[in-house]
Amino acid sequence: MNTRKEQIIYWLIRMVMYSIVLVIGYILFDIVWNGVPALSWEFISEYPRKGGAEGGILPAIVGTLALLVGTIAVSLPLGICSAIYLSEYAEQTRFTTMIRLAIITLAGVPSIVYGLFGLGLFVLLLNFGTSILAGCLTLACMVLPTIIVSSEEALRAVPRGYRDASLALGATKWETIRTNVLPYSLSGIITGSILGIGRAAGETAPILLTVAAFYLPRLPNSIFDQVMALPYHLYILATQHPEADKVLPLQYATALVLLLLVLGLSLGAIFIRIHFRKKYRW
Amino acid sequence: MVETSLFPADTDHVITTRQVNFFYGETQALFDITMDIPGRRVTAFIGPSGCGKSTFLRIFNRMNDTITGTRMEGEVRINGEDIYHNSSNVVNLRRKVGMVFQKSNPFPKSIFDNVAYGPRIHGTHDRQQLAEIVEQSLIRSALWDEVKDRLETNALGLSGGQQQRLCIARALAVGPDILLMDEPASALDPKSTIRIEDLIGELRNDYTIVIVTHNMQQAARISDYTAFFYEGSLVEFNATKKIFTKPREKQTEDYITGRFG
Repeated sequence: MNTRKEQIIYWLIRMVMYSIVLVIGYILFDIVWNGVPALSWEFISEYPRKGGAEGGILPAIVGTLALLVGTIAVSLPLGICSAIYLSEYAEQTRFTTMIRLAIITLAGVPSIVYGLFGLGLFVLLLNFGTSILAGCLTLACMVLPTIIVSSEEALRAVPRGYRDASLALGATKWETIRTNVLPYSLSGIITGSILGIGRAAGETAPILLTVAAFYLPRLPNSIFDQVMALPYHLYILATQHPEADKVLPLQYATALVLLLLVLGLSLGAIFIRIHFRKKYRW
Repeated sequence: MVETSLFPADTDHVITTRQVNFFYGETQALFDITMDIPGRRVTAFIGPSGCGKSTFLRIFNRMNDTITGTRMEGEVRINGEDIYHNSSNVVNLRRKVGMVFQKSNPFPKSIFDNVAYGPRIHGTHDRQQLAEIVEQSLIRSALWDEVKDRLETNALGLSGGQQQRLCIARALAVGPDILLMDEPASALDPKSTIRIEDLIGELRNDYTIVIVTHNMQQAARISDYTAFFYEGSLVEFNATKKIFTKPREKQTEDYITGRFG
């Protein structure tokens, strides 16, 4: 009886897992199958022509890369510092519990809300205009909660014994954090952060209102310039283009490029993780 | 409660405490502890779990400061300096007062980097000088012969007993006068325990050692003086021989004869 029940549960869980893999596998297959034929060197190295119906998507690739780099540059230091404060310095009071709760709640706020927030604060109030700067800051706000939560978890996972040993040798608190807490938690911090940032790479709503250009067949001149971006370009091709059916292969190819970009980011995170795991095995 | 005639006349009291009270939040953990700990001797703290012996030990290098919501009253002097005075420097204090923990906690770095960690944070960066300190410290902690050929390997690859001796070497590397040991052998097998005890025997002439132990045979074997704590109070402090043969207090006798604890 009992083993029968075990068997049923085992198969149930197994089927659920396989069905998820199946769905994701189908999506990937669909994109690769339909995207590869339209993918070419011209497609990723040329400017778009005729409203995106012909030519390549170079400005969108550059735009998304610029947004990614900017978002990482803003959110990673801010997020890691906040996490260090929460995990190492702040006393555990009702106030810090509330801050933590607020951060977790922010992680669940819909991305369009961040878009509106960015529009109000960065684009209008701070007068950055629709620009890369405003877009990066908006995306950074959106991924900050994820970075803070995962970084704090990674910091807390470092055994207390390392901190005690370091302090007992006469190291100051900051020396202890810098040499004996941060290095050991870096693999966890980077992994969690990159996953969050990878999600931001594919977001459309926040950049729609703060940076993305509908059609701008040139490269940006400065951080106050607008850019095209892959997810927004995809959205335009799929819904706003007068000949949506004709550009279908281009949509698939754009989606494929975006996927490859995020995949590259994740691979980078994995390599960093392996590197630090090897260096500090604990 | 403390017999001042306990020590020979020329004894140099390295640690002196006066009316020390200690609180974790609202809970008082130590009551009015006054004692003088002699230099270049091994002093053991014994008592049942939760009697405050570890808390008292951690007062001497201010490790309790790292726990939020704790409060200390009274006076603690080390080599005459009031270590809880506002002008006292915790970093300097911890250079002079090393600590070895119950659970061996080498850093997940190489053996060399573990021992060199303390000297490095205190400003020694010369490779030659560091190598010398590392060698000396490892020789003192009786680990050198076992690890001299693999100083660059990860310290977590060592056995439990070796890890604990590495922690002792790491503590010695910053040049302390006093060594605090919080049940350093309680997680080790008998053979490794003996090695740690032998090591303490070798270090006793050069360092003031205060060791917390719940193993009474260990206290009897390695210490010159023994303090018995019960429920946050110092019940009896005397030469180890006297404590284990003719305890003054009934509670001490009950504890060492195994009637409770």
